[in-house]
Amino acid sequence: MLSLLLIILAATFFTGVIIRTKSIASGRKGPGIFQPLKDVIRLFKKGAVYSETTSFVFQIAPTIYFASVFVAMLVVPFGQSKGIISFNGDFIFFAYVLGIGKFFSIIGAMDTGSSFEGMGASREALYSMFAEPAFFILMGSLALLTGFTSFQEIFSALHLGSSISYALALMAAIVFLIIAMIENSRMPLDDPKTHLELTMVHEVMILDNSGFDLGLILTAGYLKFAIYGAIIFNLFIGTISYGYAIPMFFVMQAFLAFVVGMIESFMARFRMNHNAQFIVVLSSISLLIFFGALLISGKFI
Amino acid sequence: MNLVRGFILIPFIAICLIPFLRMKGNAIAVYTAVSLNAILTGTIAFLALTGNSYELTLSGSLISGPIRLQVDALSGWFMLIINFAFLTGGFYGLFYMRTYKDQPNNLALHGILFVLLHTSLLSLCVIQNSIAFLVAWEIMALSAFLSVIFEHEKIATVKAGINFLIQSHVSIIFLMIGFIWVASQTGSYDFGAIHSYSMANSTELSLMLYLFFFIGFAIKAGFVPFHTWLPYAHPAAPAHISGIMSGVLIKIGIFGILRMLLLINLNYTIIGTIILVISLISGIYGVMLAILQHNLKKLLAYHSIENIGIIGIGIGLGCIGLGTNNLVLSAMGFAGALLHTLNHSLFKSLLFYTAGNVYQATHTLDIEKLGGLVKKMPQTSMLFLIAALAISGLPPFNGFISEFILYTGLFSSIPHALITSLIGISVTIIGLVLIGGLALMCFTKAFGVVFLGNPRHAFHHEVKEVSFYQLLPLYFIAALIVIIGLFPKVFLDLMIKPVQLFTNLHQLPFISFQGNGIEPLLSVSFAGWIFIALAFLIFGIRKWALRGRRITVLPTWNCGYTAPTARIQYTASSFVKTYSKLLGVLFLIFKKEKEVEGIFPVAAHLETHPYDKLEKWLIDYPTTNLKLFLDRFRFFQNGQLQFYILYGIIFIISIISIPLIYDQVMLFIGFLNKL
Repeated sequence: MLSLLLIILAATFFTGVIIRTKSIASGRKGPGIFQPLKDVIRLFKKGAVYSETTSFVFQIAPTIYFASVFVAMLVVPFGQSKGIISFNGDFIFFAYVLGIGKFFSIIGAMDTGSSFEGMGASREALYSMFAEPAFFILMGSLALLTGFTSFQEIFSALHLGSSISYALALMAAIVFLIIAMIENSRMPLDDPKTHLELTMVHEVMILDNSGFDLGLILTAGYLKFAIYGAIIFNLFIGTISYGYAIPMFFVMQAFLAFVVGMIESFMARFRMNHNAQFIVVLSSISLLIFFGALLISGKFI
Repeated sequence: MNLVRGFILIPFIAICLIPFLRMKGNAIAVYTAVSLNAILTGTIAFLALTGNSYELTLSGSLISGPIRLQVDALSGWFMLIINFAFLTGGFYGLFYMRTYKDQPNNLALHGILFVLLHTSLLSLCVIQNSIAFLVAWEIMALSAFLSVIFEHEKIATVKAGINFLIQSHVSIIFLMIGFIWVASQTGSYDFGAIHSYSMANSTELSLMLYLFFFIGFAIKAGFVPFHTWLPYAHPAAPAHISGIMSGVLIKIGIFGILRMLLLINLNYTIIGTIILVISLISGIYGVMLAILQHNLKKLLAYHSIENIGIIGIGIGLGCIGLGTNNLVLSAMGFAGALLHTLNHSLFKSLLFYTAGNVYQATHTLDIEKLGGLVKKMPQTSMLFLIAALAISGLPPFNGFISEFILYTGLFSSIPHALITSLIGISVTIIGLVLIGGLALMCFTKAFGVVFLGNPRHAFHHEVKEVSFYQLLPLYFIAALIVIIGLFPKVFLDLMIKPVQLFTNLHQLPFISFQGNGIEPLLSVSFAGWIFIALAFLIFGIRKWALRGRRITVLPTWNCGYTAPTARIQYTASSFVKTYSKLLGVLFLIFKKEKEVEGIFPVAAHLETHPYDKLEKWLIDYPTTNLKLFLDRFRFFQNGQLQFYILYGIIFIISIISIPLIYDQVMLFIGFLNKL
């Protein structure tokens, strides 16, 4: 319950901080950090424009996409306090329920019959396929390290003792951050602010969405960032009391948003055909974590 | 005894009647026979699942010895799956086959084969005598072959059928070697003899014996590299036969593998590893090729290979669990395999039936020619979507439940595993995840290109939804898919007895799916409920928020281009272009290309034909070489009668003289020995 509230709160400013960081880095003043939230509220009040090619799939896709992200959020814990849904292997559910959202956002894009949206859909399907093994290897190594198989138990049992475990947690944080970038189609893979449809991934998929639907999709994007931020925070929280943990959570989320903003300011987008290789690198980092976990648990003979 | 009489009498009467009936009577006779037998065997099967096994010994013949019939929990589970598939598939077939009502003789034959296929499949689950088993197996293979070549006026269909026939018989050879091996050592054809033989001999010998059976059954199941018949036979058959073949016919291979596991005493870790490796390869290779296919049914056929891989992963894990005394891994492995067998038979047959609807409406299965069907065939699209979501293993549908069971087994055995099994576990997890991701890509492509967007091809006939009765069985299947996803407990309880059969092999104390980290299945269905409730809630809010607002309908945004045609849509090939380029090394794609050239370009075109690299190496090369070799003996067949008579005489003389010469040689050797 606690995690739900905190994630929603963090989601309100996360994207705003990214945009603000980017503006300041490029010498502009930039909008306030709650501007994305205001944009969404404005969208929720609008009517809608639908393409004449679309069918019922296009109508339900944004809803299901949002619902899948929301249900995934319910699984994420906050330190000792469980998520609303918590069971052994809940991270499998987490990944797969995000999968159903992805399925619908892809077919929603295909429903418009536009060549550009098909392009984005194809890229999204490919990248998410490559990103998924990294997540599962990572969670497998954490399960190996702690002996548990649910988010909450793993995170509360994750004691950062030796220096090698700090290294592991740091690497895990990097993996989660990059997965968050892939899931949200952010900079090194996709430029959300590009003006050329040919080079977009996520943005081009939602070209035809408008009004309430677009609001849902954007909100889901904000939530996704905060969800991954919360997971990263959980890696380090251990058994710190809530009095310290909650302020630290917001500081950490703001810091992550700042990091994303800095990456987007000072890095160029990869060429499209390099993206897949980059994502496969992610899996190798998580394999490194797996071997690190093997070392710590003394399974190497 | 009376049950067996009824079981044989019902199809017999139907088969005798069918040739004398007209179109409608034929359909009624077939369906009545199938449903009567389904009720009869379904009851026994259900009783077996609740713990009351049924056993009976027939007197048999002089050669075969007494024939034992046994319905245990494993047979029960498979018999229920077979019956459900035939009831829904048969009903669908009644309406699907109406298109062919100008071929009454062909239809009568088809009806007879349908009944025979049902009867033989059910008997295979029951018979415990190798000779009777092989006879039933042969009936099944032949009736399946003749059902596949229903449209025998097409050359491609007959070719596919013959491919299937030959590979079925290769499978029978392997089974026969296994059965004869045991019979020659023990003198009995009873399945019990296989058990006692393997108990009396070393595990290495049992492993060899098991591998013969495994290869025989794996050809039927379609494990890579024995899969090459599948992508030809499935598209060639009528839709309901494809559905039944993919749903239950290949599952009889899985049944055989499981049955032999129960009979043969093995080193379970070794056999588990072998099955696991083959299954992982099948799973990933199957779906990787499926993505490239342009023919909808061929795409689905490759997906069957993938799903057989997932089932095999479950069996492999279960065996490894047995070998390492890991109760959770073993129970979850076998439970996952059995549940996925049911799940796959549901969503795959649903996919084939909807593909059949598409074929009936458009007369083509070429994905690149379809598109925009969701507006013409909304119900078919909806059903296809449900099956596509389920086969991609997404919650809250049934595919997710069986995959989740496998994942639970894997993850829960991580903490206690040793280094070697840890590597195996992590490779399996990566494999399963990749399969899931690739399946998602494949089915977003299939659904998106076939049903969404604008039509890519102008058909000269009206494209319309099929009749309600034809859709009715499809709704039943879809309902069961959702029910398994939302109430998995009911089905898990039914699976306790079959899973116990396997855990008992190693005296593992498996009682029910509770405790030991198995409970999350309830929470998973609960989470599924939350997801559905939330989706409906948000959709309601959306509806409420949009009421009274201005809704405009305009053309799709084309980045400023104002005259879009259907041809600028993303095609299936372009959807998977990046993917096929990235993994191009693994595929064999034949290309025919004419590029755009010059200042005033004329029409250009690009054609791609994906082909199976393994098929090229394992089937095509050996067959061409064998052909070349056998061509050298062509001169024997010179068409002159005199020569043929000569061959006959030489044959007869050698038959008579070889024993005589042998006796003389033995006499001579005896004489030498005496010296």
